[in-house]
Amino acid sequence: MTKETVKTRPARYGMVIDLDRCNGCGACMIACAVENNVPACPEGVTDRTGITWMRVQKLSNGQSFPDSRTAFIPVMCQQCGDKTPCVSVCPQQAVEVDEASGIVDQMPQRCLGCRYCMVACPYHARYFNWWDPAWPNGMERTLNPDVAPRMRGVVEKCNFCHGRYQEARAKAAVDGAAERAVEYTTACAEACPTGAITFGDLDDPGSEVAQLAKSENAFRLLEKLGTGPKVHYISKRAWVRAAAGSSLAAETREVRHG
Amino acid sequence: MKHSGKIAFAAGLLLALHLGWRQFPDVLYSKADQPLQFSHKVHVEDSGMSCEDCHFVRDDGRFTGIPPIAKCAECHAEPLGATPHEKVLVEKYVATLTEIPWRVYSRQPDNVYFPHAAHVKTAKLACESCHGEHGKTENLRPYEQNRISGYSRDIWGPSISRISLKGERLGMKMDDCIDCHTEKKLRHSCLDCHK
Repeated sequence: MTKETVKTRPARYGMVIDLDRCNGCGACMIACAVENNVPACPEGVTDRTGITWMRVQKLSNGQSFPDSRTAFIPVMCQQCGDKTPCVSVCPQQAVEVDEASGIVDQMPQRCLGCRYCMVACPYHARYFNWWDPAWPNGMERTLNPDVAPRMRGVVEKCNFCHGRYQEARAKAAVDGAAERAVEYTTACAEACPTGAITFGDLDDPGSEVAQLAKSENAFRLLEKLGTGPKVHYISKRAWVRAAAGSSLAAETREVRHG
Repeated sequence: MKHSGKIAFAAGLLLALHLGWRQFPDVLYSKADQPLQFSHKVHVEDSGMSCEDCHFVRDDGRFTGIPPIAKCAECHAEPLGATPHEKVLVEKYVATLTEIPWRVYSRQPDNVYFPHAAHVKTAKLACESCHGEHGKTENLRPYEQNRISGYSRDIWGPSISRISLKGERLGMKMDDCIDCHTEKKLRHSCLDCHK
């Protein structure tokens, strides 16, 4: 076996979400939970203790009628590329940035549950399993076999549908196409009824996602922190773009659970 | 009587080794017979089939694992031989198309992702490099299950001490995967093999 036979060309997967198209329906949240075996929450859960790898939040411009404006913003792990805060604080090395895909991998089996990463994450994209996952009777038959459920006491987060990435890689191996970047898409991008979410390889200059990320209305959340997220947003509305760089003050939280 | 001490020591040593090597594994593992006997040897050597005739990677990259009863039924709609096990196969399983509840020796924990496609198609590894001579066996050995973890004994490997004298692969633990990947200088990312 030679070394190059097993190498896939390193890709840098990223996402662009057009906030002017997002109507806050939450289909992406449902698709995400179904794809990634996120269990229904038990009673008494709050928006801090529930698990929503992807969460649609409400943005408001803070004005009163008739000047009030609202926008919705789906927030998930922003897949930081540069100074990944969760990686640097994890005492277990349970988080790493995969060289081949750029995806920030969370390894629940290694996680000791200290939740330091949740504190470090500026995007509140990490969730802790306060309960053992449980599915209502019969619902366990809907579990996705490509994703392992997580246990109580560990942290989890969006990993750009890594199960789909693995399946796409296996298919590429059968096709003998391992040399090029593997093409796949995430469950949220697939489910979005307005086509607001575009997913692909940011390093491929011809890809739609790479071009959209370069558009003049594109921005990233809390860019001033220098975390280099691979999730980009687009909005033509200046107040939406301005809100993305500011703290939570401009934001009212939509309380929804997975 | 001057050697009695040495004899007692030797007897004690033998007893301890017997307990450790022979009896202790039975404490660790429960044994169960397969629901049906199956001879890989008859299929491979006598009928000239290859591993891929039944266990293959599909076009979408997924591995089929143990074939469904419909695959057996392709040849065994009627008994081809005279063994009692084949009679059971035809009457109990093929006639009603009931799946055989095989106990899978190489079943990995739920959080393990193993792509056969990458190993068999891209790296061109032989089946034997992980599954040993299973394709040449005449009988299915009893399935041994770790009483604590619930994993098959094949994951740990047959040697309780996990000492390999001939340099052969020991089992199917993560360490065994890593050894091979390190030898071949392949990069690791946790989620390459976990899901």
